[in-house]
Amino acid sequence: MPVQKVLESRASDKPRLAVFKFSSCDGCQLQLLNLEDELLNLVEAVEIAYFLEARRRELPPPYDIGLVEGSISTGDEEDRIQRVRRDCKYLITIGACATSGGIQALRNWANIDEFAGYVYPSPQLVSTLETATPIAAHVFVDFELRGCPVNQYQLLEVISALLAGRKPNIPTHSLCIECKRRGVPCVLVSGAQPCLGPITQTGCGALCPAGGRACYGCFGPMEQPNIASLGSWFTARLGYSPRKMKRMLRLFNGYLEPFKQASDHYERLEEGQER
Amino acid sequence: MSASKKDKSDNGAKRSIRVKALARVEGEGALNLTMRDGQVEELQLKIYEPPRFFEAFLRGRDYQEVPDITARICGICPVAYQMGSCHALEKAMGVFDQVDPAIRMLRNVLYCGEWIESHVLHMFLLHLPDFLGFESAISMAADHGALVKRSLRIKKAGNDVVALLGGRSVHPVGICVGGFYRAPDAAAAAALARELRVCLDDMCEITLFLAEHITFPTLEREYEFVSLCPDDEYPMNLGRIKSNKGLNVDQEEFGRAIEERQVAHSSALHAVVKGRGPYLVGPLARLNLNAEKLLPRAAELLPKVCKAVGKMLPWQNNYFSLLARGLETVHALELAADSLGNYVPPVRTRVPIVPRAGIGGHGTEAPRGICWHEYRSEADGTIVSARIIPPTSQNYAMIEADLRALAPQVVELPDEDAALRCEHLIRNYDPCISCSVHFLKFSRVRA
Repeated sequence: MPVQKVLESRASDKPRLAVFKFSSCDGCQLQLLNLEDELLNLVEAVEIAYFLEARRRELPPPYDIGLVEGSISTGDEEDRIQRVRRDCKYLITIGACATSGGIQALRNWANIDEFAGYVYPSPQLVSTLETATPIAAHVFVDFELRGCPVNQYQLLEVISALLAGRKPNIPTHSLCIECKRRGVPCVLVSGAQPCLGPITQTGCGALCPAGGRACYGCFGPMEQPNIASLGSWFTARLGYSPRKMKRMLRLFNGYLEPFKQASDHYERLEEGQER
Repeated sequence: MSASKKDKSDNGAKRSIRVKALARVEGEGALNLTMRDGQVEELQLKIYEPPRFFEAFLRGRDYQEVPDITARICGICPVAYQMGSCHALEKAMGVFDQVDPAIRMLRNVLYCGEWIESHVLHMFLLHLPDFLGFESAISMAADHGALVKRSLRIKKAGNDVVALLGGRSVHPVGICVGGFYRAPDAAAAAALARELRVCLDDMCEITLFLAEHITFPTLEREYEFVSLCPDDEYPMNLGRIKSNKGLNVDQEEFGRAIEERQVAHSSALHAVVKGRGPYLVGPLARLNLNAEKLLPRAAELLPKVCKAVGKMLPWQNNYFSLLARGLETVHALELAADSLGNYVPPVRTRVPIVPRAGIGGHGTEAPRGICWHEYRSEADGTIVSARIIPPTSQNYAMIEADLRALAPQVVELPDEDAALRCEHLIRNYDPCISCSVHFLKFSRVRA
């Protein structure tokens, strides 16, 4: 649905914003409350209709904008996301859990019974799915905002763009461009550190390279990343094993393609099934 | 949202209070309370936050990845998880005693940032609306706009402290086992110190204002207060773990001094002190056990606050946790302002580590209380076992005990008021349900 139409449909009052939580750490919705300078203006511009972490009052659906944090990891969540989709005209997933499955998607490569038995004394009481998956694996998503956590100013940009009826301005190029623009010395070339910046989407503000460490990919893959090329650099020049490559890719966005496919490739190399 | 049911039968008046989704807490929980003739028949603080299995997937990861991963347990207190992981792993790697004082100082500053942002978030955006009769800070801002704005400025300063050392306030990236990836810039530190001074003055004023103007509900209880108790400073990163009832253990022993028990009315796990029972962690415990170690501004404020509420320490009423957070925020603002005001970039920001096989346990003071970690590593630094005891799972048994004590006071109230009173009590604990996946209550296994 065109953005303009979504919001004009309720021209008489403020657009209604709802925030939903699934399997997650709360950090992405906290980024809304971390907009300290903008928060009071934001609540002027939109009606906060449903936001359990911040308010007790709940307005009934429909909602104009739904922000969804977290991945789908239980049967209840599978059902609830369908209702949320029905209740929201414009559904935006926020953060790595909602867009990739998140760190808890590491279970997708493991035996869930073994995991539950390791953590809980009575694992038979644990009700969970075998996988943690992104929201878009279950319902249609209108816009996906990356990051672990999301950048609060990108979040504000997405909401502002919707209110103004324009496309959100969220770049999808690699983090490298950001480092070059800011004049941050390359931690990969000059520091010989295993930086995932060349294959990672920008958005964080190049925090890791600017802080003297290698990017660990918390904004997920950029558009069409050349993972094989970066992998051969790490292998040839930094002496990285397939196991280490796999581990690097399987982190907060490990279940998102093409990180997933590449990590599976390195796993096969690790197991000696290739070459 | 709440619902209730009343039915009169031969067995007397039965009353059920249900809160299907707790608001203004971090994570997902619900409350079921059933009373008959004014007596609690059944009480369950239900947690439906899904399990995420952190300890399970930490196995096989490199030790240096651990603080980045455990941060993701909680978006509100990531620093607590990073500090617990770093200290425990430094013990496992045998470098704990080599960490420079300058690094320890910066870690305290980092933690101050988290205490400030988390305490102020909870005090003003989540907890204060209960005392003043609003459903949220958004509604409260209409009548108390200036107060909300002042609190947001202080919260922002806390976030800025975390960002100065960690790059960003949610899941900071600057922290590693051994110290920091980079030391903060001296000019930025000095500028932030000036802002922190302004916030310090304001926080002193606001805390006293709250003490003088709020009517605190009364629920005096016999708590076992447990916190880190270092000899020479207010607890944060270091110190033996002690209580007012005789617990006194080394950091490494804490995991064995408590046990996580299953109780009859719930499949949830309750942490108890072995051989004794439930205990309380968090700001009230820290303050009661360590008040004499507060820095001057908070120390000066404490008697005024006590006078305003008419209660000397130790406080046995957890509604005063609001004020304990206020005093701790004052302490943290002063510590951060002093440290950053006198800051000189350190010679080295991290201790070099050669991975080894080892084991290490350590707890630090998250805003909500002790967050304890234990890891075992292989010779190449790969993690082979992990155990994490978050603060809210330790308070869980005490929250239920408090609710049982409160129930007779609310039995005659209308539904909505009774539910609100219960929720208010739960929020005294600033429960962090996302963190506390250890005490999950589940129904059935899904095929």
